[in-house]
Formats: sequence, C-alpha cells, structure tokens
Amino acid sequence: MPGKLKVKIVAGRHLPVMDRASDLTDAFVEVKFGNTTFKTDVYLKSLNPQWNSEWFKFEVDDEDLQDEPLQITVLDHDTYSANDAIGKVYIDIDPLLYSEAATVISGWFPIYDTIHGIRGEINVIVKVDLFNDLNRFRQSSCGVKFFCTTSIPKCYRAVIIHGFVEELVVNEDPEYQWIDRIRTPRASNEARQRLISLMSGELQRKIGLKVLEMRGNAVVGYLQCFDLEGESGLVVRAIGTACTLDKLSSPAAFLPACNSPSKEMKESPLVHPPSLGCRSTQNSPIHTATGSRLTQNFSVSVPTLIYTGMGSGSAGKEGGPFKALLRQQTQSALEQREFPFFTLTAFPPGFLVHVGGVVSARSVKLLDRIHNPDEPETRDAWWAEIRQEIKSHAKALGCHAVVGYSESTSICEEVCILSASGTAAVLNPRFLQDGTVEGCLEQRLEENLPVGCGFCHIPYDELNMPFPAHLTYCYNCRKQKVPDVLFTTIDLPTDAAVVGKGCLIQARLCRLKKKAQAEANATAISNLLPFMEYEVHTQLMNKLKLKGMNALFGLRIQITVGENMLMGLASATGVYLAALPTPGGIQIAGKTPNDGSYEQHISHMQKKINDTIAKNKELYEINPPEISEEVIGSPIPEPRQRSRLLRSQSESSDEVIELDLSHGKKDAFVLEIDDTDAMEDVHSLLTDVPPPSGFYSCNTEIMPGINNWTSEIQMFTSVRVIRLSSLNLTNQALNKNFNDLCENLLKSLYFKLRSMIPCCLCHVNFTVSLPEDELIQVTVTAVAITFDKNQALQTIKTHVEKSLQRASTDNEELLQFPLELCSDSLPPHPFPPAKEHLESASSNSGIPAAQRATSVDYSSFADRCSSWIELIKLKAQTIRRGSIKTTVTVEKASPVAEGNFRNRSAPPCANSTVGVVKMTPLSFIPGAKITKYLGIINMFFIRETTSLREEGGVSGFLHAFIAEVFAMVRAHVAALGGNAVVSYIMKQCVFMENPNKNQAQCLINVSGDAVVFVRESDLEVISTQQPTANCQPLCTGGEVTT
Amino acid sequence: MTNELDIFVGNTTLIDEDVYRLWLDGYSVSDAVARRVRSGILEQTGATAAVLQSDTMDHYRTFHMLERLLHAPPKLLHQLIFQIPPSRQALLIERYYAFDEAFVREVLGKKLSKGTKKDLDDISTKTGITLKSCRRQFDNFKRVFKVVEEMRGSLVDNIQQHFLLSDRLSRDYAAIVFFANNRFETGKKKLQYLSFGDFAFCAELMIQNWTLGAVDSQVDDMDVDLDKEFLQDLKELKVLVADKDLLDLHKSLVCTALRGKLSVFSEMEANFKNLSRGLVNVAAKLIHNKDVRDLFVDLIEKFVEPCRSDHWPLNDVRLFLNQYSASVHSLDGFRHQTLWDRYMGTLRGCLLRLYHD
Repeated sequence: MPGKLKVKIVAGRHLPVMDRASDLTDAFVEVKFGNTTFKTDVYLKSLNPQWNSEWFKFEVDDEDLQDEPLQITVLDHDTYSANDAIGKVYIDIDPLLYSEAATVISGWFPIYDTIHGIRGEINVIVKVDLFNDLNRFRQSSCGVKFFCTTSIPKCYRAVIIHGFVEELVVNEDPEYQWIDRIRTPRASNEARQRLISLMSGELQRKIGLKVLEMRGNAVVGYLQCFDLEGESGLVVRAIGTACTLDKLSSPAAFLPACNSPSKEMKESPLVHPPSLGCRSTQNSPIHTATGSRLTQNFSVSVPTLIYTGMGSGSAGKEGGPFKALLRQQTQSALEQREFPFFTLTAFPPGFLVHVGGVVSARSVKLLDRIHNPDEPETRDAWWAEIRQEIKSHAKALGCHAVVGYSESTSICEEVCILSASGTAAVLNPRFLQDGTVEGCLEQRLEENLPVGCGFCHIPYDELNMPFPAHLTYCYNCRKQKVPDVLFTTIDLPTDAAVVGKGCLIQARLCRLKKKAQAEANATAISNLLPFMEYEVHTQLMNKLKLKGMNALFGLRIQITVGENMLMGLASATGVYLAALPTPGGIQIAGKTPNDGSYEQHISHMQKKINDTIAKNKELYEINPPEISEEVIGSPIPEPRQRSRLLRSQSESSDEVIELDLSHGKKDAFVLEIDDTDAMEDVHSLLTDVPPPSGFYSCNTEIMPGINNWTSEIQMFTSVRVIRLSSLNLTNQALNKNFNDLCENLLKSLYFKLRSMIPCCLCHVNFTVSLPEDELIQVTVTAVAITFDKNQALQTIKTHVEKSLQRASTDNEELLQFPLELCSDSLPPHPFPPAKEHLESASSNSGIPAAQRATSVDYSSFADRCSSWIELIKLKAQTIRRGSIKTTVTVEKASPVAEGNFRNRSAPPCANSTVGVVKMTPLSFIPGAKITKYLGIINMFFIRETTSLREEGGVSGFLHAFIAEVFAMVRAHVAALGGNAVVSYIMKQCVFMENPNKNQAQCLINVSGDAVVFVRESDLEVISTQQPTANCQPLCTGGEVTT
Repeated sequence: MTNELDIFVGNTTLIDEDVYRLWLDGYSVSDAVARRVRSGILEQTGATAAVLQSDTMDHYRTFHMLERLLHAPPKLLHQLIFQIPPSRQALLIERYYAFDEAFVREVLGKKLSKGTKKDLDDISTKTGITLKSCRRQFDNFKRVFKVVEEMRGSLVDNIQQHFLLSDRLSRDYAAIVFFANNRFETGKKKLQYLSFGDFAFCAELMIQNWTLGAVDSQVDDMDVDLDKEFLQDLKELKVLVADKDLLDLHKSLVCTALRGKLSVFSEMEANFKNLSRGLVNVAAKLIHNKDVRDLFVDLIEKFVEPCRSDHWPLNDVRLFLNQYSASVHSLDGFRHQTLWDRYMGTLRGCLLRLYHD
C-alpha cells in the first residue's frame, strides 16, 4: 500500500440550471478512484455550491496511481428520479508522483460533459502521500519524469542519453462493442475517455519501467499517439528518448567540463575524425555486432534510398495471397541497442557530429481484430519491422543513429499505413555512456573547425556513396566534403552558420485511387506510395531551389489514406546553409524545340522562374559571400560549368528519372515540360505566394535569421474542411483544390494575425485527414511570435554571439545566460546607461509591437542600430567582467536572479481572477525563463452533439469544442501551479459529422509540458548579481493568480 | 470546392474592434464583409474577399459565443473558456452596453415591456439603426433594469458592480432605469429638441434629491422610486400661489433684487405670476402618477416656452431662478423652507439644463 491519495471538494460555480421549476440546482459530487467512490453532501438550491468537503482518502498501489485518473462527477440530486449528471473532471495525478514537480493540484476545473461541453467549474484540491517502496519487482515506475519537449528541457542537463524507448497497448474500442447499441452516447463517450485515460496511464508506466531498466530517470521527446482502428480496436503507442537528467542548479556543473579543452580528450577514441568518412562504422567503440533478421515483402521495387539520404520506404502487406519475399539478410553491426533512435530534434552542443540525411520507411497493413489485448504482438512486429528498415537505411548512409525520429499512422477502414522517419546521424557517443559526460565540444575546439558546419560534412564514404550525390568541399571550412543539398527532420542546430532567413516550404500532392476492398486496396496503395514519395521530393526540391536555399530542416512528410485518394503533405523549413554550395537555378526544357511559339512560351516561363528566384533571394536576404572557384580548389568538376549543357542533358535525363531520384547530378535543375501535367507542376510552383511583408513562417522551433523575439505570443489552431465536387475528380483538379486549401489557410492566418506584424509563425504544423469520400480536413497548429523590427540586430548578432562565446569560455556558468541574451535581448529598456539609448529604446519598449503603427520611423533607424550595437557590446563586456568577479559564487547567483525576476514581474492583471496561461508548441517562451517543469499534460476529449444546427453548425460546434479544450488544458496547468504549456501539440482532431441527422462528433488529443516561467525583463541583474543566496526560488511566479 | 468548416481558435481570443462594431451594429456577415471591403482593408493587407469572409465569420462566431457571457459581465471575468486580457474584456463589455443616442431617445421613459419591443421595428425604420442592434440595446436596458430594479444601495454603484461598466456609462444606465421606472414622457414633439444628455442630467439630480435614497440609504428601490412622502408634501407649496399676499410679496422681493440686472426685466415682471404658478402647480400635482409622467412636458410648457418666447437669455433665467428660489426664505408666513429647497434646488438645475434651443 504505497500511496495515499487525498481529495477535497471545495466549491462549484456557474453550474447549469438543472431544475427548471426553481431555476436552481441541488448539486453533489462523486469522487472516484479505481473502484472506490466517495460522495459529498447535496448542496441544495444553488448554482454556486460550497461543499467544503472533508478529505476523501484513497489508499492505493502506486501502480494504480500511475494508471488510473481521478474521476470527479458532479450530479444534480433528484428525489424522485435518477440523479442527473452535470459533468465530469478527469485529473491525471501523475505530476504529483515525482518529487520535483507539483506538490499539490488545486484550482478551478471546468466541469465537462461530452454532450453539453463545459458546464460550470469545480474547485478541487488533490494531494498524494507516497511511501517508499523497497520492492524490487514492482510494476510501477513512479518518479520517472516525462517531457514532450524534443530537446533537453531548459533547466536540466543530460548526464546520459540512453536512447529509444517504445511501448504500445491495445484494447477494444468501447464505441464498437455490442453494448454501444443500447447505451447512451454519453455513456459510450465516457467509457472511451476513461479507457484511453487508463491506457495512456498504463503506457506511461510501462515506458517508465523500461527507463528504470536502462537506469535512466526521464523520458524526453515523449510522443504518445492513438490509432483508432475502428472495429479492430484501439491502439495507444508511445515513443521517447530515455535520459538521465540532472537539475541544472545542482553543483555538478556540466557546462564547464564541456568547454574547457582538456588534453586527454584529444586521445578520445570516441570522436569520429570526419576526414575518415568511412561508410562502415567500425571505428566507433560502442558498435558490436548483433545479427538481426529483416523480412520485408516488397510489392514494388523501388530504391530504398533516394535523394540525399531520403529513404523511401517500400510498401508491403502482410498475410493474404502475397508471398513474402525474403529480403537479403542484413548483418547489422550497428549498435548494442536494438534501435539507436532518438526522438530529440535539438541536442546539447557537440552531441551531433554529422548528419547523413532523411531516412524514412512506410508500410501498408491490413487491420485485423486484435484477439488478445494482452499480447499486442502483431502491432509490435509491424513497428519492429519498420524500425529495422530505418536502421538499415541509416547504416547505408554511414550513420549509426537516427535522430529527430517519429512514427505515425494513417487509417482508412481496414487499411493502415505505418510511417516512420528520422535523420541518419553520427553522434558523439560520450553522451550515450555512463560517467563520461565531459568533453562534448572537444571536437570543435581541438580541430579548430569553424563553428557551424561540422554537422553538414558527409558521414559516408565519398568513393562509395549510397546514392548519387554531388559533393563539394565545405564552403565554410574548405576541408571536408558536403553534399549540395541537405534534408533533415531535426531543428536547425543553434550553432549552424546560416545566410539570411528561412521559410516554410510545403509540397502538396493528391492521387486518386480506385475504391477497393481489403488486399486489392492495400496493393493499390502500395503501388502508389513510391510515386507519391518521388513527387513529393521533386516538389520539395523545386521549391527549395525556387527559394534559392540549400537545406531543409524539420521535414515531415505525411501520407494520408482515404477511400478514393491518397494525400501527401510535406512541410519543412528551408534555409541557406553557409557550408553548402549555392543552389543552381531551375531550367525549363521543352520537348519540341522546333515550335517557335512553344519556345517562346518556355522562355517566358523561364524568365518568370528566374525572377521568382531573384525575388526570393532578396526577400529572405540570401546573399552569401561570393567565393571564387579557385579558392575552393575543388577537385570535383564544378557543376556550374555543366549547367550550360543542360539542353543536351535533358535528353539523357530521361533514362535516369523513373525512380532514381538523384537530382543532384545536375546543378541547375531541369524541369521538362512534356505534357500538361508537367505544365501544371511548373505553374503550381509559381502559385505559392510569399507571406505578406512583416511575416515569416517556419515549422521548426526557431526561425533561422530572427533572434530578437519580443514576448508577445499567440498560439492557435485552425481547422478547415472542404467538400470536393465529385464531378470532375482528376488528379490535377484535386491537386489544385488541395493546394488552394493550404494556401488560403495560410493567407487567412496572415490576415488574422496582421496586428502582430512583424512576427513569425513558428512550428507550423499541418495535419491532413480524409474523414469522408469528398472531404479534406486540414488542421494547423502554430504559434505567432512577434519580433523587433530592428533587423540590423541579426547582423550584429553574430558578433555578439562570438563575444559571448569568448566570455563564456572565460566563465562557464554563464552559458546559461548567453542564450537568453541573444534571444531575449528585447525590449531594449533593460539597458539604461546612456540617454540616447533610452531615447532610442523608448520607441520600442513597453508597447507591444503589435500595437505600434506598422509604419516605423526609419529616419532614426540607423542611429538606433548603432546604439544597439554599442549596448550589446557593452553588455557582453559587463557580463564577462561581472562573471569573472563572481566566479566562486555564481552557482548561487542564479537563484538570486530568479528571485529578482520574480519580484519585478508585476501581476499581469490585478483585477482579473483568472490567471493567464500561455500555450506554445515551442519548447521555450520568448523573453522568459522556465524555472520548473510540473509534469506532462496529456488529455483526451470527446464531444458529441445531436443539435448541430442549434450549436452553430459544424464550425460553431468545433470552434466551441477547441476553445473548451484550450480552457481545460489551461485550468489543469494553473491547478498544478504553472503558467504555461510548452511543446504543446494537438495530436489528433478527428471530426465526424452527419448533418442529415443533425449530429457531429469530435475527438481531440492534446499534450504538452506544464511549466512555470518567469519574465526576464531585467537583464542587468546578471551583471549585478550578488552572492546573496537567501532568496529561494519559489515554484509559483507572480503571474499565477488563481 | 466549398468550405464546409472553417475555424480559427487562439489561446488568447482574438478580438477585432472593427468587426465587433459591425457586429454590434447588427450587420449580417455579408453586409459586414461589404463594409470592410469598402474600408479599403483589402488594399492595405493584400487579402482576398474570401479571406475577409472567413475572418468575419470567425469573429461573428466568437462574438456570438461571448454574447451569453456579456449578459452577465462578471461571468466574462471568471469564465475559463476564452482567455481575454482584462483591457479587452472591459472594451467588450463597454461597447456591448453602449447605445445609440437616436435609439435611447425613442425608448427613454417607455415601459421596457414586450409591447415596446414590438415597436422596435418602427424605431429601426425611423432611426436607421438595424433591428438587431435595436434589440440588443433594448435588451440591455431591460436586463439592467431587471437586475437593479429592486436592489438596495446606490443605483449607479449597483449598475457598476453588476455590469462592470465605466462610471459614465453606469450613470447613463441609471438615468435610463430611473426614467423607465417613472415612465417620464420624453417623446412629445415639444420635447424633441432635448438630448439624452439633458434627461440624464435631470435624472441624476432627481435621483440625488427626490428619491427615497436621498433621505434613507437603507431601503429597497431607494434610487429608483420617487419619495412618495415628499411628493405628498409638495402640495403644501401651493400656498405660494394660492395666498395672494404671499405671491405678491414673493414677486416684489424678486423684482427688487433683480431690478437693473435682467435684460428682460419687464417681461419677467409681467410674467412672474404665471411662471410662479406654473412651477408651484407642477409641484403640487406630482402626487399623481400621470403628472409625474408629464413632468417634462409641464416644465417645458409652463416655464421654458414662455421664457423662450420672450427671448430670455440663459443668464437671465439663471439669475431669475436663483432669486426666485432664494426669496422664499424671506417670506415670513411660509413654513416649508426645506421642502421648497429640496424641490426647487433640483428643479432649478433641470430647468437651466432644459433651457436651450
């Protein structure tokens, strides 16, 4: 009996009227945990009952504590008939189970009913007393921390990054049980909500056990998903990266070790000297041979590795008449680990050595009823197979690990596409082993490599390339080879040298498919998949070139299956990496060179494309320093020479295309216009409109080239469903519709958020689903962040960064701060020293950027910039000086700073009773410092209506529901004592309607990390830090007033 | 290709002030879009009409959802569904309860009943304000009226507390509630030249001096109903015109004091008895509900119009009224000085406000 859960029901407010006669309600509350239920007294005739109950105590196993949610039901007492339910609150008590997180959950929770939505609020206090359990064979994993954030959380350091953890649990879906025919929709929805809550609790516990086994204490990049397989059941699966984390304030400072170049590190065998560039990885000490068999049935023969390491999975299907082809047995001599995968997308410095390219695999499966929920072997085997494939792709790229790894599914009826993708990489194994954390930057420091290009260098052997690629010497260091284009699924490394700004690049594609049953359907899909992958890549490539950029980050390709079509949507953030060669242009070639008018048309198009490229270069400020080719001294034939021969090449390219996606053979890209399809493609290239001025967008955490964020953020979700006219469904029409849908959606977002200009849409996450035959649903979640228009800052920034880096090598503790300095240096009022500075600053400070008029006074622009530079230099110096003085006591200084921050941050709204809770899909909050992680938020809601018209139609229904979901997330965070959710993600938004019956249903699953942050508007605190450590950092900032 | 569903939900609820105004003004989505197009927003932002349509729909939906909360503004502050910064909340409330001058003049003093609601069609046609907006304004009046009607304490404070309105708007609502409760006639042709502000000014004076709350702050309806006892007592003032000696004495006191100070002295002298009779009779009749309703009509007929026809300057009216009220204190035979002051103090303020073209 290792735990005691205590619950107190305090009061309710804004309850609905349940008794029409009196216009009042006789409410009471049932508190249920596991099989135990307590009840409060009935509070007669009130819409704002004050129960003030005793403490209800549940004595339970910690296993149950992890699995079960606390279930609070508010009811209306009825003497003569059955009591009417008002609504429920599910509280996940997991955050109370580990010591560093929340200690109490207390606050107002919206009372939620799956039919009526939110109906008032209830004030609840929950506490847990945990007893130490010495049982070694326990089934619980209390104490393992979970983070959705896909990087090492801000106030922790990674001692060891253990690696991949995965688990899945299956069950029957209550919606499809026989009993569903006789029970009410409410009962059915509640059964489903409860089951999923239970399953995710169980899943988390099991993952936790695996982490403990690996001797880790946390899971980072935890991603949990539901597969609603309909008749065949419900799968809840999760992946994550097991780590051993240390709270940063603890004395064992991590960063100093990392920065001080020590002699013995030189001897370290762990570093891959990039010059070796061997394809095999035997020089890594952690590689031991583990044989693994891989069976894979190909239905189409496609090269598994395509462009720049872009692995295209082959489609396979299990069972049935399809004979399994035995793929060659691969001896994988990769890792001790079964799967050297990491769900992280951003890494501690020095962790990522080289990046090979994107690897992905897909597989088409036929769903079958899950017969035994306790043994989910089939699903496990499916995923294992895909992971094996990913692993072998990575190996082919000369990489021993996959980072930025994720998995997804798309289900339509009984067909399911499983997808996995990641970025093949070579990692610094120091982080992966026990007790050898030190030395992570040694490579950079020792080899004197210019910062920010190491990861671009190819990990594979130049002479034995896994795919045809075009290599040049790195434009940054001139020592190592780099590919001409790099695709990755990770975030842009913070130290990467980038020219100009980045932008969101999307490839969109639809393919019609005949309606078919079972195996025939699966085969049809399998056959289509490779073509779709090919086209998606071509589109991405073209668009990337059109933007004048040479690398993609955060690439996410989503293939969605519907009854009669397949949709592909790829999103990524394009950037110009200084280390990679300048991309060539796009050349259009016609098939019939003799036709004069045709020729003219072609040249017209060509001109348009060239203009667009030029315009984009200007827009994204891509003006890399010109390098004469002699300087590079490339032994490789310089591609540009060949670009003149394009015409002749275009003929020969015919043979190459089919499925060899090696576009890299040619520098300038040839688009052949041989039929109307190709024409469409070229046209669609040009239809993508750039965002209006003042707007930028990306799907990564941060926008390359923008650093001066201000603190205003707006997270949003936008959903659109279009109905296709079924008359003329051709591939082209579909493509156009889909393209328009996405473009219009983006345009709407830009318009809606125009008051925030200048701003950037970050972490733009598109999800496509095909709920019905002719419906396409697109869901977008992103965050708009304002930044200071003072563009000059970014050119200065590199200087600042350098000076800061210098500063930080002097005194390492400060490494916590440089980051903040760069990203949060605005608004500038924290620098008061000179009068002119104040003046220049005053125009920016205080007033949120959005409220300022869009016209900015440019006359004083230059002055302001220069004073800015001064300020920042000055700042960098004071920091250096200040830090040296306080070398001994800096450890204590950071709490002081925190304390000061907190004192200064005035409550945002004195008269409001509801505390503001920020939500963001990013792992950080601009202009603020996260001081505490309170636990994971993982919530699942169902909403159903039988009065769709009365609720404002489908739009009204979904609008209200999403607003309610946000409200419930905020309420839970506030009750944990937090004031923000970071790494927020809406993982599922399944919407079904039946307008004829006036019905609709929607399922939403969201997750994120609840945190406490403090505003960091006072930077001078850093320089004036005093060794008075009497100010203890508290967990709740002044921002929370609930 | 049609948009089946199209929504945008922000963690912080987006409020577009311009669209809010259009919504409050009762325009349909398509009318609102047309108006926004005409405002030149498309050129400014480079957006398309479809984007504008979608944006307007979104805002309208949000406002529609907020409307329920706006009916009880404290709920807006405590609700959890929409995260809105306090300044925006205040703006939403203030704008929602704001009303049109043209509209309020039509319903001021009318019973806020279903009957009046039926007349909103006509009001809408007459004022050019959309029916939807008329309904909102009318319902606001009625809602505020219902909530504060039988409440203790200061009317303005109650309104402010329950509807979180600004001081200015709370005072206006107090006037509307007071007028509706006492059903003062404001619609007669003679009264058309008066603005809502004129009436609100008078209402405030009357609330301060003539209601129960003026003497006792612990009664129900204290600020809404006129002090019946006071109205009863007003009959006593009749002696001022009924007693001929008293009337003459009063006149001579006023005339002596004002001789040489008024540009319309002779007219005043000639009209004194009429004016005085008018003012005192108004007081004496106030015990009847019907006469309370006609208070403003009577004041205009008995005082404002005669003075205006003789072209009294406003300053002369002020001097006269001051002297007229003050002189009563020198009338030995008159015992109701306090009553007189309570009556005449308010009336003097009102008359001065009402005396304009």
